[in-house]
Amino acid sequence: MAVMTYLEAIADAMRVEMRKDKSVFMIGEDIGAYGGAFKLTKGFLEEFGSERVMDAPISESAIIGAGIGAALNGMRPIVEMQFMDFVTNGFNQLVTVAGTTAYRWGIGLPLVVRGPSGGGVGANPFHSRNSEAWFAHSTGLKVVCPAFPADAKGLLTAAIRDNNPVVFYEHKGLYRKIKEEVPEGEYVVPLGLARVVREGKSVSVITYGSAVHMSLQAAETLAQEGIDVEVVDIRTLVPFDEETVLESVRKTGRVVVAHEAVLTAGFGGEIAARIADKAFKYLDAPVKRVASFDSPTPFAPTLEKAVLPDADKIMVAIREVFRF
Amino acid sequence: MPPEQTLLLLRYMIMAREFDAAMLRLYRQGKAFGGVYSQLGNEATSVGSAYALDPKRDVLFPMHRNIGAHFVFGQNLDQLMVNHLAREGSQMRGTDGTGHYADETLRIYGNVSHLGAMIPVAAGFVLASRMRGEDCVAMTYIGDGGAQVGEVHEALNFASVHKLPLVLIIENNQYAYSTPNSLEFACAKLSDRALGYGIHGETIDGTNVETVYEACSRAVQRARAGEGPSIIETITMRLRGHAEHDDFAYVPKEMLAEWTAKDPVETYIKTLIKRGAITEDDVQALKKGTLADMIQAIDRALERPWPAAEEGFRNVFIEG
Repeated sequence: MAVMTYLEAIADAMRVEMRKDKSVFMIGEDIGAYGGAFKLTKGFLEEFGSERVMDAPISESAIIGAGIGAALNGMRPIVEMQFMDFVTNGFNQLVTVAGTTAYRWGIGLPLVVRGPSGGGVGANPFHSRNSEAWFAHSTGLKVVCPAFPADAKGLLTAAIRDNNPVVFYEHKGLYRKIKEEVPEGEYVVPLGLARVVREGKSVSVITYGSAVHMSLQAAETLAQEGIDVEVVDIRTLVPFDEETVLESVRKTGRVVVAHEAVLTAGFGGEIAARIADKAFKYLDAPVKRVASFDSPTPFAPTLEKAVLPDADKIMVAIREVFRF
Repeated sequence: MPPEQTLLLLRYMIMAREFDAAMLRLYRQGKAFGGVYSQLGNEATSVGSAYALDPKRDVLFPMHRNIGAHFVFGQNLDQLMVNHLAREGSQMRGTDGTGHYADETLRIYGNVSHLGAMIPVAAGFVLASRMRGEDCVAMTYIGDGGAQVGEVHEALNFASVHKLPLVLIIENNQYAYSTPNSLEFACAKLSDRALGYGIHGETIDGTNVETVYEACSRAVQRARAGEGPSIIETITMRLRGHAEHDDFAYVPKEMLAEWTAKDPVETYIKTLIKRGAITEDDVQALKKGTLADMIQAIDRALERPWPAAEEGFRNVFIEG
């Protein structure tokens, strides 16, 4: 074990896989000599060379498309979006081509498209989006949103080894903010398994990504009020571990669903619907959602704080379902 | 060009044409559904270009009208028919139709309906080959309409920067669905764009199969030599509507007459007869034999059941 930041854990997963498997390589913008916009690939060029740490022009369609082509031809490309916001420029490649290939052709596409997402860092509407629900809705793409360094490493390793396209959302606000013990060397966390990160009896918070940390903070505060909060980190949206979620709901009967992405048609709606469908008789209160206000993520700190969810907003929701 | 090669080119072109005619008949009979996209007028471009590749090491990313290219790359008529008619045994299992299939053994990767989307994919395919030290050239296609899609630019620029062995055939067949060249682009020739990428580009007669073959052979050689991509614009005309539902009323009659006179298949037949490579009787026999092959392929395909409904639920993800 070694203490790593979330960012270091992600870099470690790629380094370990690239050392082990020659078919793993990277394409992205400014990832080579510059070491990436967040310095995540610092030292990669020196270790692996410019062919495997490939700087590309600002062309997200070409970058993702080239990743698809390389994946069709025996490689395991990791495609970096400098910010996940820019995946919109490569949307067609991901949704139309990558997400339909297995279904149409029966051919696996071992492709990872990864990059920093999320707000709370004063990065404006174009460097802050949480767009994971788009890809959960588009078929044929696995979607991963890790919240912790060890999970980030283990899930990214699983994503690289997966024979399907995986969209891997890193939260830029977590990059250097959280550290923990992370297994060294090869470490896999299978895709599609949720994790109960805090056990509790009163209310279940079903969450992922940055909102896991907000939920844990809320849980600590509410423990002092006698509300025993369980926090379930779903970790991957596709595949979705419905059973772990339902198990928690059956135990507590009270549910808050929390994510940083905007509310309407967010993945939280899907989670709430599954709970209503499959655990209705266990519910003692309506399922409450906490998410961003339905707006672009604004720039000024006052505005950004106002629209994004935080521990306080999650606490309000938990108290409401607890007292229902 | 040696006579046996010229006869092979003619044979592929006639196969493409007869396949086309077969699909039109099936459409009118209600046996082919969805879009039936004629490749009439496109035979010389499809066959001449693909024939410049080596099917054992190169890779083909055709579009829906490149039927001739599929034959050049060894696709079996029965399989192609089953794929188009979406019967059991289709390489797409009924999930999709037309020439959208992939055949890894034959090194054919079909297109998607979003034109231009497969060009970056073709670039990535040969990037992977090069990383493993393999000699593989990708040939792919776009039309005078599809060439205006942003991904085409991104792919060409990416491939040019990294000197990837890619040949892009721009089939300028005058109409993008109903939209004429004048409303699709403002440059004199689509191959002029090569200058902007620092690569080779040329515009050639897309109705002459030997001209297409020669220009594409040079492009393939440049790609193999590490000189990067080429753009070959082939000028021809789509002699039917966008698909069979399209009445084609937007095409001036004189224009159609002018291009019909330049029909790539009939022109090549005349050339070969003039050269003494083939006789009129040989041509009739070839056409008759090909038509008979088509009828048999149709019969065999239509004897097959529809794919099982369960296929609709399979393979969204690859297991394992």
